Amino acid sequence: MDYVVEMQNIRKEFPGIVANDDVSVNLKKGEIHALLGENGAGKSTLMSILFGLYKPDRGLIKVNGKEVIINNPNQANELGIGMVHQHFKLVHNFTVTENIILGLEPKHGLTLNLKAASKKIHELSEKYKLDVNPNALIENISVGMQQRVEILKMLYRNAEILIFDEPTAVLTPQEILELMKIMKNLTEEGKSILLITHKLKEIKAAADRCTVIRRGKVIGTVDVADTTTAQMAEMMVGRVVSFTVDKKEQEAGDVVLDIQKLSAMGNHGVMGLNDFSLQVRTGEIVGVAGVDGNGQTELVEALTGLRKIESGSVILDGIDISKSTIRDRIESGMAHIPEDRHKHGLILDYSLEENMVLEIYNKPPYSKNGFLKKDEIRKHADKIIKDFDVRSGEGPITITRSMSGGNQQKAIVGREVDHNPNLLIAVQPTRGLDVGSIEYIHKRLVEQRDSGKGVLLISLELDEVLDLSDRIAIINHGELVGLVKASETNENEVGLMMAGVGK
Amino acid sequence: MWQIVSQVFPYAIAFTIPLLITSLGGLFSERSGVVNIGLEGLMVVGAFSSALVISLLQPIMPEGAIWIGILAAMVFGALFSLLHAFASINLNANQVISGTAINMMAGALTVFIARTMTGSGNIQIISGLPRFDIPILSKIPILGKLFFSQTYASTWLVLLILLGSWFVIYKTAFGLRLRACGEHPHAADAAGVNVHFVRYIGVMLSGAFAGLGGAAILVTYSGEFNGSVAGLGFLSLACLIFGQWKPLGILGAAFFFGFASTLASVSQVIPAFAVIPGIILKVFPYVVTLIALILFSRSSQAPKAAGEAFDHGKR
Amino acid sequence: MKKSFKFEINKQLLIGVVTVFMGLIAGAVLMAFTGNNPFVGFSYLFRGGLMNVERIGNTLATATPLIFTGLSVAFAFKTGLFNIGASGQMLFGGLCATAVGLTFNMPRPLLLTVMMLAAMIGGGLWAFIPGLLKAKFNVHEVVSTIMMNYISLWVTYYTIQTFFVGAYDTESRAIPDSASLKTQWLTDLFNGSFVNIGLFLALAAVVIIAIILNKTVLGFELKAAGYNRFGAEYAGMKVNRNIVLSMVIAGVLAGLAGATYFVGYANTIQIGKMPTIGFDGIAVALLGANSPYGVLAGSIFFGILHSGKGFMNAMTSIPPEIGDTIIATIIYFAATSILIERAINTVRKKLKGDK
Repeated sequence: MDYVVEMQNIRKEFPGIVANDDVSVNLKKGEIHALLGENGAGKSTLMSILFGLYKPDRGLIKVNGKEVIINNPNQANELGIGMVHQHFKLVHNFTVTENIILGLEPKHGLTLNLKAASKKIHELSEKYKLDVNPNALIENISVGMQQRVEILKMLYRNAEILIFDEPTAVLTPQEILELMKIMKNLTEEGKSILLITHKLKEIKAAADRCTVIRRGKVIGTVDVADTTTAQMAEMMVGRVVSFTVDKKEQEAGDVVLDIQKLSAMGNHGVMGLNDFSLQVRTGEIVGVAGVDGNGQTELVEALTGLRKIESGSVILDGIDISKSTIRDRIESGMAHIPEDRHKHGLILDYSLEENMVLEIYNKPPYSKNGFLKKDEIRKHADKIIKDFDVRSGEGPITITRSMSGGNQQKAIVGREVDHNPNLLIAVQPTRGLDVGSIEYIHKRLVEQRDSGKGVLLISLELDEVLDLSDRIAIINHGELVGLVKASETNENEVGLMMAGVGK
Repeated sequence: MWQIVSQVFPYAIAFTIPLLITSLGGLFSERSGVVNIGLEGLMVVGAFSSALVISLLQPIMPEGAIWIGILAAMVFGALFSLLHAFASINLNANQVISGTAINMMAGALTVFIARTMTGSGNIQIISGLPRFDIPILSKIPILGKLFFSQTYASTWLVLLILLGSWFVIYKTAFGLRLRACGEHPHAADAAGVNVHFVRYIGVMLSGAFAGLGGAAILVTYSGEFNGSVAGLGFLSLACLIFGQWKPLGILGAAFFFGFASTLASVSQVIPAFAVIPGIILKVFPYVVTLIALILFSRSSQAPKAAGEAFDHGKR
Repeated sequence: MKKSFKFEINKQLLIGVVTVFMGLIAGAVLMAFTGNNPFVGFSYLFRGGLMNVERIGNTLATATPLIFTGLSVAFAFKTGLFNIGASGQMLFGGLCATAVGLTFNMPRPLLLTVMMLAAMIGGGLWAFIPGLLKAKFNVHEVVSTIMMNYISLWVTYYTIQTFFVGAYDTESRAIPDSASLKTQWLTDLFNGSFVNIGLFLALAAVVIIAIILNKTVLGFELKAAGYNRFGAEYAGMKVNRNIVLSMVIAGVLAGLAGATYFVGYANTIQIGKMPTIGFDGIAVALLGANSPYGVLAGSIFFGILHSGKGFMNAMTSIPPEIGDTIIATIIYFAATSILIERAINTVRKKLKGDK
C-alpha cells in the first residue's frame, strides 16, 4: 500500500513531559485518518511536528516514500502538507484574500498583485465548493467561513495532505455536516486528510481509519467501520468508560432562581440576550443547550453581575438582585464556575490557598482589622484540597499557574461548592479536561442537586447537557426557544431547536 | 500677521520634521509588534554620532561632511537599536523596560564618550545644512513662500522616506508581512513568515529613522549636541498614537504638535500670541495626546500584538 | 514544600547579584576605554561613597529619594501597573512641598508635616489622572504617565518662574532652614553631609509598604487586580477603584521622593530639568525584584554610585556619566534577566549532575 505520509518512532519531549513516545502513524492516499486522544494526549504535538512547527527529538518522517526533514511550515508547504489550526491563524483586520496569500504573495514587480490572487482564489473556491467573500475582513465573517479561509490557505499552496486540528469545536451542527461534505470532496479530488479530534461520533461519521493515542503513546490503529465508539473510548482512556451519570429521579422543590424577561447587550452593539425567562428549583439541574455565541455568555454575565442588565430582572431566593454588585450576589448564595478558568476563575500568579479565598478573604475568620489571617486561609485550602482531590506540586502554596487544567478546575469547583450556594452556575465545567476529571466533576454537580441545591448548567457539549440535566432550556439568538424534560427528549430534537428549527 | 506666520513657519517645519521621521520609525517598530519607547535615546545616539562625525570631518572635507554625518547617525541608530531588538525579540524581555534602559544608556554613554573625547559634554559643529528655495515652486503665491522657500534638504529627504514608507507598508509583500507580525504573529508564523526577522527589520528601521531625526535636529536648528533631545522622542510616541499608526496620520499629528510647540517657544516674542500663557502652549501637545488617548480608547488601531513577546513554542 | 520557596528567593537574589555584576563589568570596560585602570576607578567610586562618615551620610541622603521612587515603581509593578511617571509625580510633589515651605510661617514640626502632606497630595494627584484613565478608558499607563511627566515639567517651570523665582531665574527661591528636612543633630552626626530626616521616613515607608503588600486585605486586593483584573472582578473586587488606588499610592510615594529631594537633600528646585531619580527608581525596583527590602538594598547601592562618582571624577579623568551608564546597563540586564535565569539553571543542572 502506498502511504503518502509515514511518521515512524517519533519522540518529542518538553520540559517535564514526554509528549510523543515512540509514535508511529501512517496515512494512505485518499483516506481520512483520525487521531483520537484526550486533551493533552499528544496528537496536536505530533501534527505540529509534521507541519514543521516543532522538530522531533527522535524518529523519521517519510512523504511519498522519501525520507524528509521538515524545519518550518514553509518546508511543510513545499512537501504538500497543510494545516487547519484549531485556533484560526487569521489576521483579524486583513481581508480574506490578504490572509490567504500571506507568506506566498504574488508580485508585480515590487507591488502586491491582488488581481492574480483573486483569480486563483476564485478558481479554488469553485473547484472545492468553498464559499468565501474575498474582500471581507476576517473580523466580520462567520466562524464557518473563517474555517473555509483556513482550508483555502492550504489549497492555495497546493497542499495534498491536509491536517485538521479539532475542526468541529467551534462549528454549529449544520456547519459540522458541511465540513464533513467538504472533507469527502477533498478526498475525492485525491487529497489525504489527517483529522485530530476527541469526538468519537465524528470519527464514526467521517473517518476511514483511526489511531488512538494515550499519554504520548500509540495504543492501536483500527478500521473505523469495524470498531464501536465504546471500543474506541476504552482505548482512549484505558478503562471502560461509562457514558451516563448515575442520577435518581427526584422531585424539585421551590424556585431558587427566577429569571424574568432578561435582556442584555451583546458585544457588537446588538442585543445578545432577549427577553429570556427561566426558573431553576432546588434539587434540580437545569441545562442550557445552544450553539456557541447564541447568548450564553451574556446570560451568565447578566446573572452574575459581570454585565449590565438592560431590562428584566433576576430574583434569587425571592430577592431581586438585578442591581446588586457581584460581591453581593456571591454573598446572597450564588456561586459561579466560570467558562474560562484562566481568565475569570483563578488568579494564576497567586497560590492555591490565595485563590481559595478569592471571594471571602475580607471576611472573618480569614481576615481581621484589615490583616489577613494566614493560618485560617491555610486550613481552608487544606480542606478543599482534601475534599476535592486537588493535586498540585506543593500543596496550598503551589502557584496555580503550574497546576494542570483538571486540577485547576477541581479547585475552582471545590471553592464554589464550599460556599454552600443555593444556586450553582456551572459554565463549560469540563472543557478541556481528561475523562477522569470530567467524571469527577459531573459527580459533584449531581451531588449538589441531590442535596437540595439548584444547579444551572451551561455547556456547549450536548451530551453533557443531556446526561446531567433534569430539564433542558435551548437558547438561540439570545432567546429561549425550547424547554423540555431531559427524559422526554433526545439529541435530534434538541439539536434542531439549537439550530433554530422546530420552534 | 503674515510676516509672523511666514517667519515662524520654517522653524515650525524644522521642529516637525525630526518628530515626523522618528515617529515613522516608531511606526515600523510597533507595526512589526515591538513597542519601542527608546526612541528618545535613539535620537540622542543619532544626534551624537552625526555631531561627532561632522565636527571631525568638516575641517577636512566641508562638502560631504554633513551628509556623511547624517548617514552615520542612521547607521549608529540602527546598531544601537539592536540592543532593544535582541532583548525584546530573542529574550522576550519586557519591552517597556528595555526601551527605558536604552534611553538611559544613550543619554549617559554619549555624554561619557563626548567628555572623554572633547573634554566637555557638548559637541558643536561649524555649520549645518544651508537653506534654499526650490526653483519655480517657491514662486507660487502664499504656498510657495510657506512651503518651498528657505527649506532644508533634510526636510525633503524625510518626506521622501515618508512616501516610500507608505508605499512599502500598504503595497508590498513586506508591508503585508510586517503588519501581520504586529497583529497576529502566530498567523504570520504559520504562513511561513519569519517573524523574528521582520521584527528585527522593524526595530532597526526605528533606530535608523530616530537617528536621522536626531541628526536633523543637529543640522537644522540646533547646531550642537548637548546630551538631550528635550523629550522629542517621547513626543513622537504621542504622534504615533495620535496618528493611529498610519503614515499619513502621523504626518498630520507631527505638524499639529510641531506647530503647537513652536508657538509656545516664540509666543513670548510675538505680541499677538503673548496673550496666551506660555504654559498652555507648552503643555498643549501632551494634554491633547491624553485627550486623544481617551477618545481613541475604544477604537484604537494599535497593532494588536504589539508589546507581546512572540513565543514560538506557544500555540 | 518550604524548600522550593527558599529556592525562588535565592534565585531572585542570585539574579540580582549577577545583574549588578554585569553593570559593573560594563563600567569596567568603559573605564578601560578612557585609559584608566578599572580597579582604581572602582576603588575611588566606592570610596567616594563610603570612605568617611560624611560620605556615608551623603550616600544615605542620595539613597533616600531613590528608596521612595523605587517603592513607587515597585508597588505599581506588584499591582500590575507601569509607573514611568515617578519623575513627574516627584517634581510636582516637590513643588507642592516647596510652595508650602516658602509661603507659610509655622512652627517647624507643623510646617514640615504640612509640607509632607502637600507632597503626598501633589504626587498622589499626579498619579491619580493616569490611574483614572486606565481604569475608565483602558488607556495604557506607560504613555499617559510619560505625558504627565512633561506636563509636570512645564507646570513646575512656569509656576516657579512666576511665583517662586530665586536668585537665578533657572531655579526657585531657597527654602528657609526651618522648612528643610535637614536637622542639626543628624547633620552633625554625619559631619555636615546632606543627610536629612527623610531617611527615617523612607525606612518607615519600606516597612509599611512591605506590610501592606504581604499581610493586608488591601494588598491582597491590589495585587489580585494587578495580576488578573478579570479574575479579580469575577471574585467581586472593585477593580477600577483598585487600579486608581494603586496608582495613587505609587504617586504618594513618588511625591515624598520629591519632598525628600527638593526640601531635604537640596533646598531649591531647578526648572526645566526632568529628575532622573524617577527613572533610577525603575532600575531599583527591577533590581530589588519589586520587593520593598530589595528596593532598600538597591537604593543604597545606587546611592553609593551617585555619591561616589564625583570623587572618582576628581581623582581620575573618568567622566561621572559612568554612574548612569552602569545603572542603565543594570536595567538592561534586569529586563533580560531570563538570559541570566537560563544560565543559572544550566549551571545548577550541571552541578547537580542532571538529577
